[in-house]
Amino acid sequence: MAYSTKVIEHYENPRNVGTLDKADPNVGTGLVGAPACGDVMRLQIKVNDRGVIEDAKFKTFGCGSAIASSSLATEWIKGKTVDEAEVIKNSQIVEELDLPPVKIHCSVLAEDAIKSAIADYRKKQADRRAVAIATPAPSGESAEARA
Amino acid sequence: MALKFPIFMDNHSTTPVDPRVLEAMLPYFTTKFGNAASRNHAFGWEAEEAVDYARERIAQLIGARDSKEIVFTSGATESDNLAIKGVAEFNRDKGNHIITTVTEHKAVLDTCKRLEKQGFDVTYLGVGTDGRVDPDDVKRAITDKTILVSVMLANNEIGTVQPLEAIGAITRERGVLFHSDAVQGVGKVDFDVQRMNLGLVSLTAHKMYGPKGIGALYVRRSRPRVRIVAQMDGGGHERGMRSGTLAVPLIAGFGRAAEILIHEGKAESARLSAMRDRLRALITDRLDEVYLNGSATHRLPGNLNLSFNFVEGEGLMMAIKDVAVSSGSACTSASLEPSYVLRALGVGDELAHSSIRFGLGRFNTEEEVDYVAGLVVEKVTRLRELSPLYEMHQDGIDLKSVQWVAH
Repeated sequence: MAYSTKVIEHYENPRNVGTLDKADPNVGTGLVGAPACGDVMRLQIKVNDRGVIEDAKFKTFGCGSAIASSSLATEWIKGKTVDEAEVIKNSQIVEELDLPPVKIHCSVLAEDAIKSAIADYRKKQADRRAVAIATPAPSGESAEARA
Repeated sequence: MALKFPIFMDNHSTTPVDPRVLEAMLPYFTTKFGNAASRNHAFGWEAEEAVDYARERIAQLIGARDSKEIVFTSGATESDNLAIKGVAEFNRDKGNHIITTVTEHKAVLDTCKRLEKQGFDVTYLGVGTDGRVDPDDVKRAITDKTILVSVMLANNEIGTVQPLEAIGAITRERGVLFHSDAVQGVGKVDFDVQRMNLGLVSLTAHKMYGPKGIGALYVRRSRPRVRIVAQMDGGGHERGMRSGTLAVPLIAGFGRAAEILIHEGKAESARLSAMRDRLRALITDRLDEVYLNGSATHRLPGNLNLSFNFVEGEGLMMAIKDVAVSSGSACTSASLEPSYVLRALGVGDELAHSSIRFGLGRFNTEEEVDYVAGLVVEKVTRLRELSPLYEMHQDGIDLKSVQWVAH
């Protein structure tokens, strides 16, 4: 099984390798896979106030196809809104990278990684809003707000 | 001297044919093309002469007393099948129990699985963390229904050499037949069918710088006389044990390959061990978190199997794409399961996924070793920069404590 040139390209020149600050409230972190399976992807997104992913970073423990899938994923989601990124399908990754059947699961994991990062980001946003609501407003409307 | 790419360091999967072996084979394709079973003319006689010569060399290589004890087959897979099924069928009335190990080649394991479906009882002995089977485990497993013990000489993945002499002493004492798949070790590590009390031995040419498509089964003729039921019926070749016209050119090559090992095997093993140790040192001196799989001392001279923690095996193989090696990673097998041999050692799944097997051989050079070591260090370092696991490790996170969301 020879590697497709696209997979090799992403391996030799991976896009967006790195780490964003997990503690940053605008950063969502997705960590999917397991060492026991031979595939672990960490994908992070930094989302601005307008809901646009302005930066994305990844790190992957896995084969060439896994590295390429996650590298491609970060490339695609940058500049998209969170809603747009959420509908990226693994089949698109398979097509772009010419993944053979035995490597399709790498693309599935990349799709999961995007969704996982988005879910983490959304959860952080929801938690922040909950905190904002719970904090008493100066006029004492907190009782109504909590209802 | 310029390096030639790609560099081949996968000599456990196969070996290049030695030019001397090729030279020995050619006449039997062109001018001396007779069928060795043709008793009535010179074409047959000269073919038979080549076959006899090869039989003698192979017998000498393994310490057999009589060249008649060498039966030619299409390869070690067929030899394993012939040995195990042949013994099982012949001894069906005496007993139905076979003992083997979990780290055997699939040719042995799958044959045993088939026999289990036919009502045979197979014990698969476990191995230690170094891959060695304990002879006492063999002793404990033998019952009065045991008809065969099969233990490989050396493992193809991790290079571990089994204690055949100790096991042979036990099987002799209990009167049980002893078979060994000696494919990886013959001519490279100490091996002698008399000292090890072996009744059957599987061999192949393509792991010893001979051609693919030819192997042999040693079948002892005295003390004890081993009887097997043939698996290939036909013209009664090989004393009725394996019918089929002999592949004379391949056999001529096999014989020459054996002859070369008789004269050069010892020196070659010393050279390969030194090169292998150098490769290991050059890598482990510059990388941390690298683990050796298999025994450090009882090991095939050219074999080095290392796990590079936090880096996946196939990814690493792609990174060193001008070097041919192999990996115990699931990604490289069609089944997505990591190597069953590494599993048997107790190596965790994630280290199994991170393993690379280097197989040095006759035609590798020290220059290649130095180059490959440097390349491996460079690529592992780079892949660790891409690895979330390495980052977590550096941050002091215990990976075993993480709740992974596997799918």
